[in-house]
Amino acid sequence: MSEIIRLSAAALAQKLQSREVSAVDATQAHLDRIAAVDGSINAFLHVNTEEALLVAAEVDKARADGDTLHPLAGVPIAVKDLIVTKGQPTTAGSKILEGWHSPYDATVIRRLREARMPILGKTNLDEFAMGSSTEHSAYGPTRNPWDLDRIPGGSGGGSAAAVAAFEAPLALGTDTGGSIRQPGAVTGTVGVKPTYGGVSRYGAIAMASSLDQIGPVSRTVLDSALLHEVIGGHDPHDSTSLTDPVGALVEAARRGEVKGLRVGVIKELSGEGYQTGVLNRFAESLELLRGAGAEIVEVSCPNFKYALGAYYLIMPSEASSNLAKYDGVRFGLRVVPEGAPTIERVMGATRAAGFGDEVKRRIILGTYALSAGYYDAYYGSAQKVRTLIQRDFNAAFTQADVLISPTAPTTAFRLGEKLDDPLAMYLNDVATIPANMAGIPGLSLPNGLADEDNLPVGIQLLAPARQDARLYRVGAVLESLLEDKWGGPLLAQAPEIAGVK
Amino acid sequence: MAEINREDVAHLARLAHIDMSSEELDRMAGELAVIVDSIKSVSEVAGDDVPATSHPIPLSNVYRDDVVGETLSNEEALAGAPDNADGRFRVPAILDGE
Repeated sequence: MSEIIRLSAAALAQKLQSREVSAVDATQAHLDRIAAVDGSINAFLHVNTEEALLVAAEVDKARADGDTLHPLAGVPIAVKDLIVTKGQPTTAGSKILEGWHSPYDATVIRRLREARMPILGKTNLDEFAMGSSTEHSAYGPTRNPWDLDRIPGGSGGGSAAAVAAFEAPLALGTDTGGSIRQPGAVTGTVGVKPTYGGVSRYGAIAMASSLDQIGPVSRTVLDSALLHEVIGGHDPHDSTSLTDPVGALVEAARRGEVKGLRVGVIKELSGEGYQTGVLNRFAESLELLRGAGAEIVEVSCPNFKYALGAYYLIMPSEASSNLAKYDGVRFGLRVVPEGAPTIERVMGATRAAGFGDEVKRRIILGTYALSAGYYDAYYGSAQKVRTLIQRDFNAAFTQADVLISPTAPTTAFRLGEKLDDPLAMYLNDVATIPANMAGIPGLSLPNGLADEDNLPVGIQLLAPARQDARLYRVGAVLESLLEDKWGGPLLAQAPEIAGVK
Repeated sequence: MAEINREDVAHLARLAHIDMSSEELDRMAGELAVIVDSIKSVSEVAGDDVPATSHPIPLSNVYRDDVVGETLSNEEALAGAPDNADGRFRVPAILDGE
């Protein structure tokens, strides 16, 4: 395996700046890796070879000419296929958008282009980001690089697997209920859900607009901070975009500090339903933080037990409305039934053929929750629970500077294991959903392997809204303590990826 | 709280414009009944005194100056459409018969 692809984005950026490595060589090394292993992983739905190499060549020329470039110029990146890109197809993992090309770039894509980061391609996901395993993709599941028979998490399993398999040093994900953080946990990678509004959603295909957030996927905490600074900040195209400056996230990651910091363990996100190995690694990480001078306190968030239920009312309600636009008129698939059908019949046939089961389930559930007579009892009540969850967080953050929990209750499960049981699938996101309900930022980083199955475990840090820098400050310290213990990054322990099955 | 049955699902599928086979309705009704049963407690948690939150970060209306910004050209807007004519989206008949 080429040494270039093993480098963190920060280390690669340095070698590019010193011209020890060219951007074309760095991009080609990742394209070669994709060609070698993606037949087994299926992380990519589209590989953007030509454009990526072109951008890389421009970076090399600009560097040779002595131009001042963005520090990450020439560092390649993969993009979740929920984010629209000019010049490449965008499918959202759905048959209804097969072959569709966006006429515009998402704001985050524009920012990558401004930084001159070559885009390697588009990564696989659960259809319209609805799922926790990437098995709901219309283009086949992505496989976990740690064990090809297991799920890479979801919905952003493609981005997480691409980074874990050294197919890309960085990727973009989207997180509505944990779709960046949970795949990070089960693949041994880092993922961050920024504060709601901290990164523009313009050009992220909407699932649940009040919950969706674009964020970084990487192998190190510092790399996520570097990418977060590229994509973050105000965007007039997104009316929910915060006007605050993005903040000194890279500096926070470089100057990690936990001495005197109060770390709140959320009582409700532990115990029953959590795998033993997950709890063991969690307890060890707490000890490491305590040893580094953090004060560990217990906090209680009693309304979190209603978060999953409220989420499964709010998210489908918003999704059923957002997905109404797939009507076979302006873009995407159109299926015309026999005879001289009216538009109503065309829509019914188009949506029946174009949407998968999970998308249909959520549209029906959302339509139900928003129906006359049920609106107050379901959608209205769920919005009140959202207030209660915010109050729980507000109270917890008076006792602690950051909160901490396992990212996911279990390690990666086997492909197919939960496919016929939607409710069991939904439970994967029990620890990640509260952050989306409250709009606060969250970071997941790998904190070891579970004793029982030798698969990666993730730990989640949560901070108050607009305090994303705290996640990087604490995350970098914990990462460094863990790597000292392991004698290197966790991914160094991952098995070599077997050839195509 | 009402349960969800096969008839409800058939009605909802019509509202959502998704054709469903008889077998699909059976399966969907069973799965949704389990899901609805597990989330219905949400309606009993909060009292009348709790305000609803629709948006995680409070924001007031956001305005911009009323000037034309970047727009898609007619060709760009139509490029992804399944059918178009005379610079417009071509839509199947809206009404049955005449």
